[in-house]
Amino acid sequence: MTPIPQILHIKQMKITLEGQTLLAINQHIAPGEVLTVMGPSGSGKSTLLAYLAGFLSPAFQAQGELYLGDKRLDTLPAEQRGIGLLFQDPMLFPHLSVAGNCRFGLPRRTQNKTERITKALEQVGLAGFEARDPATLSGGQQARVALMRLLLSQPQAVLLDEPFSKLDTALRQEMRTLVFGQLREAGLPTLLVTHDEADAAAAGGPIIALG
Amino acid sequence: MVLLPAFGYLPVLGGDTFHLEAWQALWARAGLHRSILLSYFSGLITTLVALFIVVLFLAANQGTWLDRTIRRLVSPLLAIPHAAVAFGLAFLIAPSGLLARWLSPGVTGWERPPDLLIVNDPLGLALMAGLVLKEVPFLLLMSLAALAQLHPERRVTLARSLGYAPSIAWLKCVFPALYPLIRLPVYAVIAYATSVVDMALILGPTLPPTLSVSIITWFNDPDLSRRFMASAGAVLQLGVTLAALLTWWLGEQAVQRLSQRWLVNGSRLSGSAAIAFGGRALLSTVTLLAMSALAGLALFSVAGFWRFPDALPGTFTLDHWQRILPSVTTPLINTLSIGLSATLIAAFLVVATLEHAARHHLPARRVQWLLYLPLIVPQVAFLFGLVVAAESVGIRPQHALVVAAHLLFVVPYLYLSLSEAYRRLDPRWVQVALSLGAPPWRAFWQIRLPLLLAPLLTACAVSLAVSIGQYLPTLLLGGGRVPTITTEAVAMASGGNRRLIAVLALLQALLPFIGFSLALLIPRLVWAKRRQMRGAA
Repeated sequence: MTPIPQILHIKQMKITLEGQTLLAINQHIAPGEVLTVMGPSGSGKSTLLAYLAGFLSPAFQAQGELYLGDKRLDTLPAEQRGIGLLFQDPMLFPHLSVAGNCRFGLPRRTQNKTERITKALEQVGLAGFEARDPATLSGGQQARVALMRLLLSQPQAVLLDEPFSKLDTALRQEMRTLVFGQLREAGLPTLLVTHDEADAAAAGGPIIALG
Repeated sequence: MVLLPAFGYLPVLGGDTFHLEAWQALWARAGLHRSILLSYFSGLITTLVALFIVVLFLAANQGTWLDRTIRRLVSPLLAIPHAAVAFGLAFLIAPSGLLARWLSPGVTGWERPPDLLIVNDPLGLALMAGLVLKEVPFLLLMSLAALAQLHPERRVTLARSLGYAPSIAWLKCVFPALYPLIRLPVYAVIAYATSVVDMALILGPTLPPTLSVSIITWFNDPDLSRRFMASAGAVLQLGVTLAALLTWWLGEQAVQRLSQRWLVNGSRLSGSAAIAFGGRALLSTVTLLAMSALAGLALFSVAGFWRFPDALPGTFTLDHWQRILPSVTTPLINTLSIGLSATLIAAFLVVATLEHAARHHLPARRVQWLLYLPLIVPQVAFLFGLVVAAESVGIRPQHALVVAAHLLFVVPYLYLSLSEAYRRLDPRWVQVALSLGAPPWRAFWQIRLPLLLAPLLTACAVSLAVSIGQYLPTLLLGGGRVPTITTEAVAMASGGNRRLIAVLALLQALLPFIGFSLALLIPRLVWAKRRQMRGAA
């Protein structure tokens, strides 16, 4: 059922804006590994994420290739890349219930959708939360739903955009353990963008600096 | 298309040579000069007054309870059709109107309606007052929308920390940045005010009427050769409007030059109290007048026997409603079917445009001018061209043609009211949806559209209100054979049965109101269990 984990290759990637080189990266991320990209704001972190996820504005020119195993991704539209995203805000769709949010992420032909959602919520201590309005959840609960929504969509790689920066300190460590644990267990190559040293330390993978 | 008949070319009517007869006939009209001056000055003066009131109010606005209340009361006024406001105002200020009744005989000593020409006065003062009532809410809402991107609080706070009084701080630090953003709406107001037809028919002078009203009279004249003159008049109207716009533009330049010194002369306090008081007083008066106008309509529509100086009718009756309702079924159906089809088509076009722009990261280019074009060119001028064009290719006046004409005005308003919300929606919503594997169409239908439901419905209500209020496009492209509530109401203006007019005008005002109520209510019902969606609406 679950596809075999693959390596994410960022090959000779170079992004330029009006002839100016913004960033250049040549890296690969193994299954279950977290590559941390650090840099101050304005160093092109969000541009990198936009390129990988497939949302790069046409104002930028990108060179290089993006592969997942043998599959070339950079020529595909965002929805066919199988790259999941976690932002610093949980971004739970406010017009859907907790279960509705999870269901939106599930691939079309998944069997036993309801059971899978129930199990996923139980896994993060949110049993019985299916019908809840996301707006009534605490920040930590929302973050956990967002994580499970991401995992249920069965991505083959994950991008984390400062996912812990808006949580309070006590919660932050707990979420780091949960997120990295889950991603490692699923064997997903992960790219983390942050400016928090502690995030990088918790991720435990290679670190590159931008800017 | 309007140029050809103006110079004598209109094969349908046997005019197949170019000549200047129409212009000679036009210049020979008695009172033409006066008509031109009326249109020119009423347009400029009303715009100036309306802008003055709005700017003063915004400068005085301290975010107090009173200010917020006035703001909230003003917005629904925008939805009331021009004709309804005009009738309400007429009933308010007429010699036998509400104001005279409330003040008599106590203040005025009148035992019978005085023989004064207040409505339809030769100087067009009543017309200007009516236009101001409609333009103030329009300019205010446009300014509030533009202010959202200027961070006025920061600018004012900074200036206040340098010792400027709040209202002076606003005028010196916010207004110079605001004006360029509301320039197009201001031009639209000038164009509208110089060429308005329905309000001028109700409130404007009669001998001679404004230029636009004269043109319509000639156009509808049974003597078809008058059409050549009407076409020449439409071209002249375009010239008058352009002249007014040019005058305004020159005024802008002059004010900009002269105010350079004032902006930096360091004066911090002088006049601030007057501005603060004047701003609130003027806008409250406008709001109050408009509200009383509506109340007056309601009162007249159910009034039975009503002796002159009495403040209230002696008896109340539903006769007028019962008498008129059966005969307005067709106009009502026409109004709604035209309004709803125009709104649906416009919503489809606008959402498709915005979605396309969002998907391809297109910047908000300067399509604005193009969109505003139907609002800045006087209706009389280009609708004439449309009629002539439709006739020359053999399309007869009909529903579809009216809908098409309404679209010209509905699309810009719908675009203006929706585009800001569309652009402001966090792009990450759709990015999350796509990264979860949803194809773009699903992200659009299941995420973007539901999230934008409230602004979309409001925009649709605006466009429905715009369509309901259209008089000239309905009249001209329907060939007078597609009656709507608005055309019926305006047609009764000369008839003078106040109670029946009141019923029609109220109906006309009621329809947009229902639209806006639904636009508010539906999101609340749909999202009853979703806290954040209610907050966002």
